[in-house]
Amino acid sequence: MADDHTPSWFRPSRRRVLTLMGASAAGLVAPGLLGRGAAFAAPPSEPTGQVIIGFSQEPTVFNPHMPHIEVDEGIHFSIFDPLFIVDEKGEFQPALATEVPSVENGGISKDGLHWKIKLRDGVKWHDGEPFTAEDVKFTIELLVNPDFKSWRRDGHELVENMTVVSPTELTFDLKSPYAPYPSILAATFIVPKHAFKDIDPNNAPFNNAPIGTGPFKWAERMAGDHITLDANKDYFGKGPYLERVIYKYIPDLTVLYTQFKTGDIDVVGLQWITPDKYAEAKDLPGKSVAVVPAATVESLSFNMGRPQFQDPKVRQALYYALDKQTIIDALYYGLPTPTETFMPQQSAYYNADLPKHEYDPEKAKSLLDEAGWKPGGDGIREKDGVKLAFTNSTTAGNHIREQAQQFIQQSFKDIGVDMSISNLPPAVMWGEYWMMSKFDSVVVGINFLTGSDPDVSNYLAPTSIPAKGGAGQNTWQYENEEVGKLLKQGGSTFVTEERKAAYVKLQEVVRKDLPFLPMFQYATVRGHKDGVEGVVPNVNVRIDSWDVGTWYWDK
Amino acid sequence: MLRFLFGRLWQSLVLLVIVSVIGFAVLNLAPGGPLSQFALTPGMTQAQLARIAHQMGLDRPLPVQYWEWFTRLLQGDWGRSYRDNQPVLAVIGSHLWATLLLMGTSTLISVLIGTWVGVLGAIRRYSIFDYAATVGAMVALSIPTFWFGLIAIYLFSLRLGWLPAGNMYTIGDGSVLDYAVHLIMPSLVLALVNVAVWSRYMRTAVLDVMNQDFVRTARAKGLTRFAVLMRHILRNALVPMITLLGLQLPTILGGALVTETVFTWPGMGRLFLDSLGYSDYPVVMGLLMLSAILVLIGNLMADIAVAVIDPRIRLG
Repeated sequence: MADDHTPSWFRPSRRRVLTLMGASAAGLVAPGLLGRGAAFAAPPSEPTGQVIIGFSQEPTVFNPHMPHIEVDEGIHFSIFDPLFIVDEKGEFQPALATEVPSVENGGISKDGLHWKIKLRDGVKWHDGEPFTAEDVKFTIELLVNPDFKSWRRDGHELVENMTVVSPTELTFDLKSPYAPYPSILAATFIVPKHAFKDIDPNNAPFNNAPIGTGPFKWAERMAGDHITLDANKDYFGKGPYLERVIYKYIPDLTVLYTQFKTGDIDVVGLQWITPDKYAEAKDLPGKSVAVVPAATVESLSFNMGRPQFQDPKVRQALYYALDKQTIIDALYYGLPTPTETFMPQQSAYYNADLPKHEYDPEKAKSLLDEAGWKPGGDGIREKDGVKLAFTNSTTAGNHIREQAQQFIQQSFKDIGVDMSISNLPPAVMWGEYWMMSKFDSVVVGINFLTGSDPDVSNYLAPTSIPAKGGAGQNTWQYENEEVGKLLKQGGSTFVTEERKAAYVKLQEVVRKDLPFLPMFQYATVRGHKDGVEGVVPNVNVRIDSWDVGTWYWDK
Repeated sequence: MLRFLFGRLWQSLVLLVIVSVIGFAVLNLAPGGPLSQFALTPGMTQAQLARIAHQMGLDRPLPVQYWEWFTRLLQGDWGRSYRDNQPVLAVIGSHLWATLLLMGTSTLISVLIGTWVGVLGAIRRYSIFDYAATVGAMVALSIPTFWFGLIAIYLFSLRLGWLPAGNMYTIGDGSVLDYAVHLIMPSLVLALVNVAVWSRYMRTAVLDVMNQDFVRTARAKGLTRFAVLMRHILRNALVPMITLLGLQLPTILGGALVTETVFTWPGMGRLFLDSLGYSDYPVVMGLLMLSAILVLIGNLMADIAVAVIDPRIRLG
């Protein structure tokens, strides 16, 4: 087997690297040794041992193309492979394809319209059937099948003239150039055509006993409790190094943490360790605990359709009145990173030169005075009959966020702005109320990106406002023609430098317009037992166990 | 007796239909719905959500949805879970036995202990034991199960390492002994409250019977204290207990939510909460119907059992 994707699989643990760095600094290790990797803990030659991963939500959807939540993707990554994956550096690495198609290697034509995918030979499904280009074709067709409860059609809808040239080669055309498509393909797990033969794909037995090509095979599910996966010893890539992976559902975060402490689970997965436990957790003996940034950005978002928020000076003033750092330090234990943009700081497209936020209530007041918002009899500012009073909503029961809201409420009151809190249960909050822009303002955490791709048209394009009949999630009703133009430009070129220029500029424009006040990028506290090696956080995927195939025990 | 049964059956069916209409309406009229959990997924659009809603039939008028659900139910089709696409009865079945194991064990413990604590408290009224039992029951009833469970885990798992911190069995083991070890903490934690409840009921019931004329008569005709207790007092005092036990039957479907959560026990309580959280209407409706049926059966059985034990009651 050709080892043509070494970088993503070569993952020494942090501890090992530190040891090595120390050692080589002292001149104990000959530099030549490093290259051979002799000093690294070697994964076992045969799959050995098991790892139990605790999740606070239950994975229940095993067909990766049906509507699901992020925790389900933990199972998908273990069982299936996409054509190529996004590694922790945001780079594509081939999986079922032998190379990542690009303009340079001829996989994508210069105009972005003609694609050629070369596939691995000799890959077998878990049931022994051979994997071929027909399966890839079937997967993309299934996604746009009108009778199938498809999770996502964006991008796939543009595919036409799909042709299986040979069992290891597939070509297709796009109706229009669409730069995010490689990212979408990297999140599209290939499913076996033969598992859907002559049956309704919505009720196929496959959906509850998935068959993939991935490092682990479906073994057993105990509903409400756990899922067991066994090593796929014929896996084409590196690994698996574990005999068994168990995904254990532990619905309460306190209990999840307790079971991590008692050693009942080896790795704390999704929803992780709550920030308030970090101080204790980082000193637990025999455990490695670290703060890991996530792509989700917390913001105070405005409904720009409301008269209060028409004036850019108002939004700027509110930003000055927002004491971000105190919220982060006092409520979030100092863990999240303050940010000025929707783009994760780990992204290659992140604009690091945006103006830094300052907390300055005096400046906020003078800005409002300047713009003609004068305090009325009740101390609330108003202008032309519009009072600077609005509601703010978020998910009821998210206690830290509710405290942040109260803090913000007080800060705004000090500059003569009346923000009243009106929180709703999650099912109501994120239903029509959010989607159809029925709120005044919200506090919300959003991952703006799809995978690693910087395209945010879905959220920020002027054509994506659902309340105005657009297809998308621009619930701010943020309309800026320049933004639309930049998004179009970035979304249709495959030249990285041009794309970067467009998105860097875009962040500048959004920072100036402030349809939402960016607060911070989420931080999660993750932990695993000492000895579990290969656990690498990846901000480009939604789940911890994306690389579980290369985890192993260093005993 | 037969006429009584038929009458009851008929009433029950009407009741079930009413329960289903109300349940269905309340569930569906609550804003939100099964798709709102997907709203904040990166890349999700309103159009895509609308398409999924259409495929799931959620965009049709409510009466139409109800009628379809109802006619399918009549044919024995309870529908499929929105979450994992499994038939509703299979979903419920897979959680039911975990709950039966936990609730069964714990009910057995609490009835056995509770009954005797109650009896002893009654016949040794105002003794030290009685006071201790009364205070103990008050304390047990006042401690939140969640807190008590976590304390027990802290003590017996984290500190002493005697018992597992939760879960129904060790994955990969699953022997009877393994189950038993895992059952100890959750069943005792759950039993604690019930022992308190049962002992209180039992104490009152025994005290009630003890002061009746026939007890004095029995003593007067020369029976020993023990014989009177066993043959006359207990038999009479147990009648209300059986009714109570019958009424407890439907709570099995509700499971022991808190205990199940603390000890990660995959039972009905958690199924119910998770299904509500995900707006998994078919499963919630299934649980609602089954618990309504169990309430009716539980009442009926309690009526019959009481009639069997107590010859003064005749059904008909």
